[in-house]
Amino acid sequence: MSVLVNKDTRLVVQGITGSAGSFHTIQCMEYGTNVVAGVTPGKGGQKFQDSVPVFDTVQDAVDKEGANVAAIYVPPPFAADSILEAIDAEIPLVIAITEGIPVKDMAEVKARLANSNTRLIGPNCPGIITPGECKIGIMPGYIHKPGKVGIVSRSGTLTYEAVWQITSAGHGQSTCIGIGGDPINGTSHLDAVKLFNEDPQTEAIILIGEIGGTAEEEAAAFIKNHVDKPCAAFIAGRTAPPGRRMGHAGAIVSGGKGTAEAKVEALLDAGISVAETPSHMAEALFKVWKP
Amino acid sequence: MNIHEYQAKQLFEEAGVTVPKGTVAQSKDQFESALSSFPADQSVVVKAQIHAGGRGKGTFTNGFKGGVHVVSSPSEALSKAENMLGNVLVTKQTGDEGKEVGTVYFTEASDIDKEFYLAILMDRATSKPVVIASTEGGVDIEEVAEKTPEKITKILIDPALGIRPYQCRQVAFSLGLSGDSFKQCVKLVSKLYDFFWSKDCSQVEVNPLVLTPTGDVLALDAKVNFDSNALFRHPDIVELRDLSEEDPKEVEASKFDLNYIALDGNVACMVNGAGLAMATMDIIKHYGGSPANFLDVGGGANEEQVENAFRILVSDDAVKAILVNIFGGIMKCDVIATGIVNAARKLEMKVPLVVRLEGTNVEQGKKILADSGLALEPADSLAEAAEKIVKLAAQ
Repeated sequence: MSVLVNKDTRLVVQGITGSAGSFHTIQCMEYGTNVVAGVTPGKGGQKFQDSVPVFDTVQDAVDKEGANVAAIYVPPPFAADSILEAIDAEIPLVIAITEGIPVKDMAEVKARLANSNTRLIGPNCPGIITPGECKIGIMPGYIHKPGKVGIVSRSGTLTYEAVWQITSAGHGQSTCIGIGGDPINGTSHLDAVKLFNEDPQTEAIILIGEIGGTAEEEAAAFIKNHVDKPCAAFIAGRTAPPGRRMGHAGAIVSGGKGTAEAKVEALLDAGISVAETPSHMAEALFKVWKP
Repeated sequence: MNIHEYQAKQLFEEAGVTVPKGTVAQSKDQFESALSSFPADQSVVVKAQIHAGGRGKGTFTNGFKGGVHVVSSPSEALSKAENMLGNVLVTKQTGDEGKEVGTVYFTEASDIDKEFYLAILMDRATSKPVVIASTEGGVDIEEVAEKTPEKITKILIDPALGIRPYQCRQVAFSLGLSGDSFKQCVKLVSKLYDFFWSKDCSQVEVNPLVLTPTGDVLALDAKVNFDSNALFRHPDIVELRDLSEEDPKEVEASKFDLNYIALDGNVACMVNGAGLAMATMDIIKHYGGSPANFLDVGGGANEEQVENAFRILVSDDAVKAILVNIFGGIMKCDVIATGIVNAARKLEMKVPLVVRLEGTNVEQGKKILADSGLALEPADSLAEAAEKIVKLAAQ
């Protein structure tokens, strides 16, 4: 078991013929991901890499190839439209990699998501990987190893850091979910923690957060009351000046809210092992989890 | 992206949000024409235009006190403006170096009966725009929220429906307005929301919104921030950007798609990924150092970007050491290593450099660094790198 994606995933890539889309799709196919279709409006009928059929619409990819997960590499001005198209085609899981989507567009998407059966992951995220089975996104596949640790994070490279620490220690990951660094996203830390909590393969959880918003606090409150699996966490941005956007649009302390201190306090209160530095994420987990 | 108050007020006026009549001057020879539109007995507010807050209580480096003055005639306004334009204003938000005032804004002084607070911003928790109104205007709203939360009204707007008339009425009722003032307020809230939404604002704040003794409702101040992700569809807004208000190193970095924020420490860092860049700053602090900047070179930086990143880092005289922390995924370590070596040679770097590489092609990357003959310290883990750089910076 694992969460959300596995070897049965049938992936459609929106924006497959663009430079980012084609590069990463090839990487994912080499990893073993089952890419069944691509979508680029106006290029329907072509074959990607001489094997993957390209369609004009997401609905065609669903009807003809049975796609059940969509990955989006479409440039920011058109990305929200692509997400809405995937929702309308009733794709159950949509992963938006695109960075830089206007917040207003995401507010509209979020309102539409509430009245649908689709789960959105991202945007502005590295994607999701179930090691050894399915990689959707831009993460380097080889640092991962099948195993029992579930990882959820707002940041890409910080996730790689945690993954590598776990793998180097001889353990592996059940699934790693990059939820993205934007203020409005489809799946929260809390949603991911709930999925890991119900997944029999996942024995332990690492939660990686950063300044801004209150998503980490909400996940901590849930863990305190409902999760028995060992959890570790790290919060980035303790030294960030207030009022400045630290790269990620969501990483900003404003009006005294979203500070690293408040998040660390909530995590500790929930009995979560908090890493002092990004170099000690695996160590923090091994304090509470004896594999 | 931020803009000046006078620019925000001009946009408000175009959007149908009532503001006091105002004019601007950007050179001394414009003072006379700017003030000629006011009658000789008109009270005038003179406002220094800088992006930082706390202007009223600020002091100019020439000794002149206050970046905001209310005077009883245009001729008095002239003498105040002469002390502001071209001079440096220091406020609690500018830091000690202050900001040079390039524009002075003159507005009609309004008689005030009541001061309110009105703002619209994107609420993260609900992913919806929220209108915030309070009868306590002209003061620090965060303090009001903490001490008397019952005096704050919050109204969530469905992004698909936009603001509805009953919601605009809710705002006007919450401010205790009636009659024609009520109608004016309803219209103002509706227009302000249309502006917020159509221009992709991340925040619009009117503090204070005022009621005059004659019953008029108008925006006496205006603070507007725009979502920088959406600027591609607002070329008119991009033109309002005032580069002199931004850190020159940050402006330079943005030309090369580098995400750079200047800080006041002495350990510079160059990292890929925003989360890891923040965490790298944190670990520098953890080992007793002080970060000089936040710098995210992004997921696919090329050699040219790496070189420019170094050039910007070493241009900061406070920098005593540089830490490079790259977890190569898409970005290959050998490409980064080549970029570092070329940049170090070209720039003849004098400060110590610690490089931590991990990820794709890490062995080739480490070999390139080792073979370069450059005096740089490799590190295997981020903790080791941080410990080393903090020691080097202290020497």
